[in-house]
Amino acid sequence: MKISEIRDALGARVVCGEEFLDRDISTGCGSDMMSDVLAYVKDRSVLLTGLCNLQVIRTADMMDILCIIFVRDKRPDEAMIQLAMEREIPILCSGHRLFGACGILYEKGLRGGANYDRYH
Amino acid sequence: MIDTINFNYTVDGLDFSRAGEASTDIKQKLKQMGVDFTIIRKIAIAMYEGEINLFIHAHGGKINVSITATEVLMILSDHGPGIDDIAQAMLAGFSTAPDDARELGFGAGMGLPNMKKNSDEMKIESEVGVGTTVTMKVYL
Repeated sequence: MKISEIRDALGARVVCGEEFLDRDISTGCGSDMMSDVLAYVKDRSVLLTGLCNLQVIRTADMMDILCIIFVRDKRPDEAMIQLAMEREIPILCSGHRLFGACGILYEKGLRGGANYDRYH
Repeated sequence: MIDTINFNYTVDGLDFSRAGEASTDIKQKLKQMGVDFTIIRKIAIAMYEGEINLFIHAHGGKINVSITATEVLMILSDHGPGIDDIAQAMLAGFSTAPDDARELGFGAGMGLPNMKKNSDEMKIESEVGVGTTVTMKVYL
């Protein structure tokens, strides 16, 4: 799924990184805990979060996350936008809540990438 | 040929927005050196978790990174409260982080286990009231 498709599905606004919207996303992660993001995120991911601070951008950078979506209309500040641009991570903002935004993308075919078998 | 390249960082314990700068810098340097991206990610995650720990638990500290042709050695040291029970601290989900750390998105008790997972060797030396040194090695 392209980032541009995610933008359209969520009715999201692109804050920065317009030039990267044709990136292919393979997996999604929805979390406000960066600890969990660091422990569980898979390859070529989009991160959906309601946490809005500089460490979200840094965490995304460490994990090679390809796109960040801030839900609940959270607005990144200038320092966050600056760092995201330096690290070439596009930022989108959506009015959806985290659960709803994840659900919409799941319905469109995006998955989390976890191996669920181990939980059954 | 250069045998070892050293980088030293001081982690500011007061400004949370700066936590992670050292890890970002090392990640960039390894990328410039042409290190495989999956190995860079392991190093970046391990060091970033450690850097966040220095901020949350110890009001800052120091990081020394040594890079050779075969490995990256990271030594994170602090003069924080120390770890009373290292085996307990290594359990996923166990955390002594304050509530304000969780409000910032950390302190879920995943840091040390994740550092171990992403390093090839890890050693923790700690004394209560004196400080902690975490040594991690990742093979290139």
